[in-house]
Amino acid sequence: MTRVAAGLVLLAALALLAAAGPALAPWAWDEIDFTAFGEGPSRRHWLGTTQHGRDVFAVTVHALRRSLLIGAAVAALATFLAALVGTVAGYAGGRADRALMWCADLLFVLPPFLLAAVLAPGAGTLALVAVLAGLMWTSTARMVRAAVRSLRDREHVLAARLAGVSAPRTIVRHVLPALASLLAVDAGLNVGAAIVAESGLAHLGFGVRPPGVSLGALVADGGPAVLAFPWRFAFPAALLVLTAVAANLLADGLRDALDPR
Amino acid sequence: MTALAVADLRVRWATGAPAVRGVTFDLRAGETLGVVGASGSGKTALALAVLGLLPDGARAGGSVRLRGEELLGRSDAELSRIRGKDLAMVFQDLSSLNPVRTVGAQIAEAVRVHRRTTRAAARAQAVELLDLVGIPHAPQRARAYPHELSGGMQRRVLIAMAMAHDPSVLIADEPTAGLDVTVQAQILDVLRTARASGTATVLIAHDLGVVAGLADRVLVMHDGRAVEQGPAEQVYRRPRTPRTIALLRSAPRIAPRPARARPPGPAVLAVDALVRHHGAVRAVDGITFDVRRGETLALVGESGCGKTTALMEIVRLARPRRGRITVLGEDTATLRRARRRELRRDVQLVFQDPYASLNPRMRVRAIVAEPLTAHRLPARERVRELLDLVGLDPSHADRRPHELSGGQRQRVGIARALALEPRLLLLDEPVASLDATTQAGVLNLLQALQSRLGLAFVFVAHDLAVVHQIADRVAVMHAGRIVELGPADELYAAPAHPYTRALLDAIPIPDPVLERARPRVVLHGEAPDPANPPDGCRFRTRCPIHPALPPAARARCAASDPEPRPTGRPDHQVACHHPLPEPAPPTLRRTT
Amino acid sequence: MAAFLLRRTGRAALQAALGASLVYLLAAAALDPRAHLAGRAPRPPDAVVDARLARLNLDPRVPPSARYRVWAAGVLRGDLGRTLDGRPVGPELHRRLAVGVRLVLPGAVLGSALGIALGVWAAARRGRAADLLVTPLTYVLAAVPVFVLAVLAQTAAGAVNDAAGVRAVTWTDDTASGLLLPTLVIALAQAALVARYQRGSTLDVADAAFVRAARAKGLRRRAALLRHALRPALVPQGARLPHTAAMLLLGGMLVEQVFGRHGLGAWLAASVARGDVNAVAAVGGLAACAVPAAALAADVLHGLLDPRVRPA
Repeated sequence: MTRVAAGLVLLAALALLAAAGPALAPWAWDEIDFTAFGEGPSRRHWLGTTQHGRDVFAVTVHALRRSLLIGAAVAALATFLAALVGTVAGYAGGRADRALMWCADLLFVLPPFLLAAVLAPGAGTLALVAVLAGLMWTSTARMVRAAVRSLRDREHVLAARLAGVSAPRTIVRHVLPALASLLAVDAGLNVGAAIVAESGLAHLGFGVRPPGVSLGALVADGGPAVLAFPWRFAFPAALLVLTAVAANLLADGLRDALDPR
Repeated sequence: MTALAVADLRVRWATGAPAVRGVTFDLRAGETLGVVGASGSGKTALALAVLGLLPDGARAGGSVRLRGEELLGRSDAELSRIRGKDLAMVFQDLSSLNPVRTVGAQIAEAVRVHRRTTRAAARAQAVELLDLVGIPHAPQRARAYPHELSGGMQRRVLIAMAMAHDPSVLIADEPTAGLDVTVQAQILDVLRTARASGTATVLIAHDLGVVAGLADRVLVMHDGRAVEQGPAEQVYRRPRTPRTIALLRSAPRIAPRPARARPPGPAVLAVDALVRHHGAVRAVDGITFDVRRGETLALVGESGCGKTTALMEIVRLARPRRGRITVLGEDTATLRRARRRELRRDVQLVFQDPYASLNPRMRVRAIVAEPLTAHRLPARERVRELLDLVGLDPSHADRRPHELSGGQRQRVGIARALALEPRLLLLDEPVASLDATTQAGVLNLLQALQSRLGLAFVFVAHDLAVVHQIADRVAVMHAGRIVELGPADELYAAPAHPYTRALLDAIPIPDPVLERARPRVVLHGEAPDPANPPDGCRFRTRCPIHPALPPAARARCAASDPEPRPTGRPDHQVACHHPLPEPAPPTLRRTT
Repeated sequence: MAAFLLRRTGRAALQAALGASLVYLLAAAALDPRAHLAGRAPRPPDAVVDARLARLNLDPRVPPSARYRVWAAGVLRGDLGRTLDGRPVGPELHRRLAVGVRLVLPGAVLGSALGIALGVWAAARRGRAADLLVTPLTYVLAAVPVFVLAVLAQTAAGAVNDAAGVRAVTWTDDTASGLLLPTLVIALAQAALVARYQRGSTLDVADAAFVRAARAKGLRRRAALLRHALRPALVPQGARLPHTAAMLLLGGMLVEQVFGRHGLGAWLAASVARGDVNAVAAVGGLAACAVPAAALAADVLHGLLDPRVRPA
């Protein structure tokens, strides 16, 4: 339970920072201070400036907001897709099951960075979210399918069928409630994974397009210059790691709390 | 000489809950102590404490002396030199065998832990041990993985492992749990041979019947305490505490009962030459029976004989692969979709496990109402009626399954099955997961419901003792076939098939004197592989009378699988080339 | 067993072929090589560009399906086509792959072994000092993206160099010492991930009835755990192999970039920017083969570890 609390507190703090940060910072994220290019932290710029004269704090907080939104959107979309496909495949079984899982396997085989590289340019953040979700839902769908298959053979589900309850109603009443905790945990893990994955793509140049910024893009920009301008790397990297840790803490804690073992 | 002396043993779990509250007993070499009690009475905690294998955080106090040496408080290193050598255990759980290693390797490991010997020598000894516990083809079986062996075989392997070093004390925790009565009898025989080699045995069981034939002394546990202890004969014949009396009363007994005539009228369910194969596995291979209104037919047989498969095939209300199922006069093969849905209301199922069959997230009210709402019927009043019908309080409607006892949960399952006013109830081992005392209550309820509502029952069970009280007619199944079918009283009093006879003989009698004195027919081997049954009579390989037959008679058994034929007694048929003769005075043959 | 392997191999091959084909079609449909060629200074005449594109099987006027047939026929002959500047793709892919393998493989193997050992160790000492130290460490380390780890490692190495006054640690060349830092980074990231899973799966098995039964035979607690819990606890790890392969491929590309290597990642990024379809298809096809191959390996490994899934 302490892990859940720690994860929640951490995530809440990060979300608060993302929401209130722009109001706190004396600079707008896209504002350029022509008097300060690549300067270190000072009273004027709390965390220094970029080589283009942007305020690192303001830019990073803005990027955090973008990354959290991407993470949440990807997690929601991936978990929804996984629940839908996994439930249908697991409950229907037979040919539909094999066809759906074959598609999922094929999607997993396709290199995600390539999808992002080929599809994302020009299409913007929405395409990026779709690509990341497309990459993540397959493993969750496999898990959901396995859970549904074992549930389908559970006696209380068979009892409902024998009582004359229709298949959709059986799924809604007897299968989905049992999956809720699994899906919640997985959505939590996916938030962290999506943010990290986006930052990986950003590193290869396939992430959020400029002028938009994400934590990954900032880390990718700051990395090569870390020895000269450590502040440009340290703050976004720290936030990136914190977000991932918070999401994992929350998800793992939830899993242990919900698992009666 | 005292092999094991336990004095004022107390165990607390990590949560602080007491599991054992001061148990004292002595065990001499070659002696067998039966430890009996209901689940949760502290038997297993007692065994684990003696071995020093309590789960992390649990604490034991008092004294455990093995041949005079104190074991409590010793380190894991010191105890590991004793465990498996002087003090061995047979666990209840079959998952005590490592699934990814061969059984031979696991027994050889037990050998090598305490004796410096070569791998090859340990292997050879493992094969000898497998042979000792009665596993045929031991050299081949030693190379098998646990999942390739039947439950009875796995249990034998566990015993072989415990016997590797001829321990001074052997603790067997429910060594027959989950086994068919026939295999149970075999396992008890194996333990008997262990005792003969001078090993002192602690035999843990949840009913008095199992230990009656083996125990010299009996200790009855309840709520962590030893409520009664003494020589077996005394405890069984002159029990002093109500707990022991209750345990004795709940042990299955087969007393003679009056004959009942079949009720008149058409069949509610008629099954004709039904076949169900899963690939090569001939789960159900041509069975024929019928049930009338107000009548109970019991389908009885060992696990894997096809009885549950038959039930599930009926409840599908679909066209069977082969054969015919007729429900209320309608052939299920010709049903249209809408009519099948209608008919489904008339045929309901009660499940074996009242925990798994109730959705843990739903309240009792919603569970019982579900069939009604699915058929768009008003539920409110009816739920109250149904709960009343099965003997539950209206206040139970707002509870969830985990807040109910096992018996109450099964009553909820029955109420749900009755919601649509069915005319045929299929019961899949409905009392198998209940404590013996609760079983009787549920069986009484079923009987009352039957006479009140005129229901027809098909009752599936794995041993004859359970259905004795409720069945009007009994069909004994073996390897996908019905080998004997007849009125319950006839069948119990004078079985015509050697398999029925063996099933009846395998039910232990809760009386040490009678149990040890009675002549028994113990079946050898296990049920044939349903994917590859023997040619000719499928029971031939296990049949107790087959070896004694003259060669010409034996040839018939090998030549053809016998079809059911009338025995000449009313409503009684048997599938055997050489049925047992009807005894001259047909009553009072098996009194206990 | 042979039939099972054959069937699984066939399935993996089919998946790889389908995956690679999809990659090519996607790249052919989405990328525009013309812009790159036409954008050169001095601007070449359109006819020259078209001729060049046609020679490279990149002509946008030919439908992707027709180009795919030419490409696929070439691949079956072992010819992966040519890059935009006319060099054969095959040798380039080979060279770049070698860079990646040198950089990633030692770290991945080392890290997996270390992770399994750490995970089992932490599980065996659950709740004690070793566990309380190792587990949070792996937890945080597993959350740190590998490229952040790489930058941090460089920063640390830079500090060491500054303190020593000489370039004691380098990471730009492929000598043994030059590979040390990348290997360390990959190994750390991999070990953290593997250790977390291994600890969990070992604990799942540690309470199994058969481990307790092994102790009842006379095995000490730790011996019982090692002899009986290790193998079943490796099963979930094996099942993650395809996932690990995909992660390593991406991670390897990122680490390459951070350490200034011209590997697959840099090539892919540049090729996408240029619209170099054949090069992109080669890198993507490689990935599309790697994952089914890893899945096949996982199946075989599962069969080796667990007799229950072996076909009779």
